[in-house]
Amino acid sequence: MRIRPSEITPEPVYRSRREFLAGIAGLGAAAAFAQTSSAEQVMNVMLIERLQYKHNARYSTTEAANSLADITGYNNFYEFGTGKDDPARNAGSLRPRPWSVVVDGECEDKGRYTLEDLLKPHALEERIYRLRCVEAWSMVIPWVGFPLGDLVKRLKPTSRAKYVEFTTLMDLKQMPGQRSHVLDWPYLEALRMDEAMHPLAILAVGLYGKVLPNQNGAPLRLVVPWKYGFKSIKSIVRIRFTERMPATTWALSAPSEYGFYANVNPEVDHPRWSQKRERRIGSDSFLSRQPTAKFNGYAAEVASLYSGMDLARNF
Amino acid sequence: MLKLSTDRATRWLAKPLAFLLCLLPAAWLLAGFADLAGFAHWPAATLGANPVEKIQDTLGIWGLRLLLTTLTVTPLRELLGWPRLLLFRRMLGLFAFFYISMHFLFYLFVDQSLDWRELLKDVAKRPYITVGFTALLLLIPLAVTSTKRAMRRMGRGWQRLHRLVYPAAILGCTHFYWQVKADIREPLVYVLVLAVLLGWRLYRYRRRAGRGRAEQDARQYQQAARTGLPVEPLPE
Repeated sequence: MRIRPSEITPEPVYRSRREFLAGIAGLGAAAAFAQTSSAEQVMNVMLIERLQYKHNARYSTTEAANSLADITGYNNFYEFGTGKDDPARNAGSLRPRPWSVVVDGECEDKGRYTLEDLLKPHALEERIYRLRCVEAWSMVIPWVGFPLGDLVKRLKPTSRAKYVEFTTLMDLKQMPGQRSHVLDWPYLEALRMDEAMHPLAILAVGLYGKVLPNQNGAPLRLVVPWKYGFKSIKSIVRIRFTERMPATTWALSAPSEYGFYANVNPEVDHPRWSQKRERRIGSDSFLSRQPTAKFNGYAAEVASLYSGMDLARNF
Repeated sequence: MLKLSTDRATRWLAKPLAFLLCLLPAAWLLAGFADLAGFAHWPAATLGANPVEKIQDTLGIWGLRLLLTTLTVTPLRELLGWPRLLLFRRMLGLFAFFYISMHFLFYLFVDQSLDWRELLKDVAKRPYITVGFTALLLLIPLAVTSTKRAMRRMGRGWQRLHRLVYPAAILGCTHFYWQVKADIREPLVYVLVLAVLLGWRLYRYRRRAGRGRAEQDARQYQQAARTGLPVEPLPE
């Protein structure tokens, strides 16, 4: 008997089913069943795990993407430790399912959304983006996600909403790095409304066609490719619309070094190091640095958002 | 029978062993480089996704560690009463200088790709590079005058010159402290170790200075008493 490839349950799907069932058992079945039927939830989990997506060539770079090992083994996620390999080592304690996101502030459709409800109407696409870290290294990453603007529209922000603020999970058990006061937890990031509506800004749920690994911000993270990496907040549990510019974590931590906008800009150095060049992780020419492009090479698409603004002051 | 507590045992056993230990970080980096270049497969020595940063950080941190280790020789020697520890001091200091020089050369040739204009701008504009570079400059005369001959020829001046190791260590710790983004815990450990090492020296210096003054007063009193001149009574 031959088994067609389409009949084989992909690994993430059966793994997540098992995790999901184990989760229910652990929580106490009664509590879980009280909200939705388990069958529906299993189906929803499957919808997410399958990650059916279309490649979006218009918004994807043709540069060589980094290996999965580099992307998942070298990154910053201070909630799991401050070393570059700490997230890969410690993110196993994160439980990305079940997950819910609170929506509040200046919008009509406030409430607590399960991840499944949040994602259901959105078609996933693959976007291969450059990522430029404020520490002067960079990668190319094939994300799977959907435009943030589509979700924002769905939540019906009021006319007073000028900014969107995002919050990372705060849980000392799941995120052991939060036990040390390296940053003021929980992690907060925000975008101006026009930035959030820009088609390049996405919410990612996957990487290399698979569900996002914990260390890369599972189950839901922001990706804003023309800004330094720290703007792309991970493991989001809250989306809030505000009238005033929100205070963001790194800007609070060192106001002279990190601003609200954090647009990639080789002309504005970090006070302690140059931003003119970057080291492309995993490239053949890893020994030398390559020049950094303004807005991380997305100037044609996003420069107009900042026309008339002094980018040296609004760094 | 070779007795372990003799000078000979120290010279021919303990010192070569310490020498090899000091070489370990460099050997680890070489293994990592061989792994990276594909000459050999040593996952344990992997330099990770950002080998340049890894090499740069490893050289720097071992330079600082060995510099602080050099500064523990005198306190340990006096506190434990092990005079032979002095036999290790020059070797430790020279290894510190070796790792710190390599740290700088790697920055110059690889990180900056020998771009002198960018380098000079970095040294002038970035405080953490300015202090790191100054620390290296301070260590150069110490390495040059580390021979027995220089020691003999310079006499008391040698000791005075080699006090430059204190500002160099302070600048080295500052260099580390100023470049971390938010997590200052690790550099803080080095700052605390240095504070203890320098604090011990300050304490000892002040105690000795105090004792020295008292001894001098007593000598003058005895001399005066012997010559029969009138003297003021010793202060209590």
